[in-house]
Amino acid sequence: MTVLRDTWIVFKRAMLLSLQNPAWVIIGLIQPILYIVLFGPLLTQMANVPGFPPGNAWNVFVPGILVQLGIFGGAFVGFGIISEWRSGVIDRMMVTPAARSALIAGRVLRDVVVLLVQSVVLIAVAIGFGLDVPVSALLLALVLVTLLGAAFSALSYAAGLALKSEDALAPLLNTLALPIVLLSGILLPMSMAPMWLQHVSDVVPFKHMVDALRAIFQGQIWVASVGIGFGLAFVFAILCLWLGTQVFRSQTR
Amino acid sequence: MTDQISTDTIIRARGLKRTFKTRGGMVEAVKGIDLTVERGRIVGFLGPNGAGKSTTLKMLVTLLTPTEGQATVVGCDLRNDPVGVRRRIGYVAQNGTTSPEAKVGLEIVSHAELYGIPRAEARRRGEELLGAFDLDGVWTRTCGSLSGGQRRRLDIVMGLIHRPELVFLDEPSTGLDPQSRANLWSHIRGVRDRLGTTVFLTTHYMDEADSLSDNLLVIDHGKIVAEGTSADLKSRVRGDAMTLTLRSPDQMPGAVAVAQAVAGAGNVQSEGNVLRFQAPNGAMVLPGLIRDLGAAGIEPIGAEVARPTLEDVFLTLTGRSLRD
Ligand SMILES: Nc1ncnc2c1ncn2[C@@H]1O[C@H](COP(=O)(O)OP(=O)(O)O)[C@@H](O)[C@H]1O
Ligand SMILES: [Mg+2]
Repeated sequence: MTVLRDTWIVFKRAMLLSLQNPAWVIIGLIQPILYIVLFGPLLTQMANVPGFPPGNAWNVFVPGILVQLGIFGGAFVGFGIISEWRSGVIDRMMVTPAARSALIAGRVLRDVVVLLVQSVVLIAVAIGFGLDVPVSALLLALVLVTLLGAAFSALSYAAGLALKSEDALAPLLNTLALPIVLLSGILLPMSMAPMWLQHVSDVVPFKHMVDALRAIFQGQIWVASVGIGFGLAFVFAILCLWLGTQVFRSQTR
Repeated sequence: MTDQISTDTIIRARGLKRTFKTRGGMVEAVKGIDLTVERGRIVGFLGPNGAGKSTTLKMLVTLLTPTEGQATVVGCDLRNDPVGVRRRIGYVAQNGTTSPEAKVGLEIVSHAELYGIPRAEARRRGEELLGAFDLDGVWTRTCGSLSGGQRRRLDIVMGLIHRPELVFLDEPSTGLDPQSRANLWSHIRGVRDRLGTTVFLTTHYMDEADSLSDNLLVIDHGKIVAEGTSADLKSRVRGDAMTLTLRSPDQMPGAVAVAQAVAGAGNVQSEGNVLRFQAPNGAMVLPGLIRDLGAAGIEPIGAEVARPTLEDVFLTLTGRSLRD
């Protein structure tokens, strides 16, 4: 149980540090709103293009934005761990009796909470614009965002702490981000793509998560694509959290 | 147990080694260190940059696993009970302990909580320690807004919040101005004198090692090259530095002959009318020296005896200056 207690302590410190900077909080809330307000109307104009899924265009658009939020809400936290490491905070926590897994889990939890607040704001604004789905679908969306956010935040901490250099982390993240965005159908559904591109995107797990959420937002819950998407997200999250803990442990090797 | 450890021994390390794999090959940072530290002491671990001080410290505080060797720290085995070691020691790293954006109070309380200390108790202890370190009123300030000396004292407060029996300080005064250093030293003495905490500190400053430590360990190239009190170590240097100023350079040849006749004299050097040499027990040699010079018709106008510094010790031990 001390793991839970330690996680809570690390979470509280990280959360208070985040809240202490109001500019950061405001930017974090404005970004998802901008996506809905500035990009959504553009996309809804495309609803008649061949390949675009039927139904409410917002129900197609919002799942992609939520998955994107999950991925990129977590992906850049590694920069923070590098500066914490540099100022001696990581080593200082490592010489306490705290569980190593708690040192990363507490930080991941903070990132997930921030992400969930952003997601709720995004969904609320989207509902204002025309998103129309049942509450159960929204709850499942938040579960997916949680899994993705936790996974990418853990992965980013692992990479940051392993590399210990912003100059090495930045190109790594950029290299990964572009194919993920382009191939997972986040902005436009891959069903609009030519066949060869669809096949390429089939190997990108995040595409299946977007598909799962789109299915749910179309009112289908008991279909294979939902199981595949959520299953992948779950496995991916477990893998990343395990990897993150391993990297924290390996710091004292 | 056959290997009896004295109850007064707080650190006992045998054969500690650490190698790093780097792109350039293996780096042997610490090459087999034995050390014993007695409870209640301030022990200085002195050596030039890159000697292996931080690496040794990180092994002793469970931040790095030794490649070889073993150690008992505050009664706990480093390899078998790292958590036991962590509970009983404090560690202040060379590069600090706090986030610049975080409020002082947040860092202190969250750190204390990781040791299982309740919030209210953490706050009480924190305020008390801050007061003892002349840091009253900083609770709600961000760590980054403190001066260099204040921030370093806060680091030590962090390291003491769980009342460890032993605290490790890695280069506590590096980067501070002379006044803040002197101030920090008196606080570090206070840690031992008032709290009874054993202090193990590393430094590459001779004056810091000299003025703070009861005991010194000198490390160079990953090995301990000398051990003892600062006075012990200094007595290993050939002798005191003698400086005589003569009325005229013409008297130099005679004076050199007299100096060379002094028992144990060495390194006799002359420059103009100044004669320098080393001799054991310089203060006792001096009266006889002046008498002998007088007998040779030489009258010095100045005489000085200087005790060797740790700088001389390091030079004698390693053939290198500490600043190299
Ligand atoms: N993580 C590391 N990887 C590779 N080499 C290291 C690492 N840490 C220290 N070293 C090397 O080990 C030696 C001792 O370093 P260190 O213990 O930091 O010395 P000091 O603290 O006495 O200045 C140096 O040559 C340093 O470059
Ligand atoms: Mg060092």
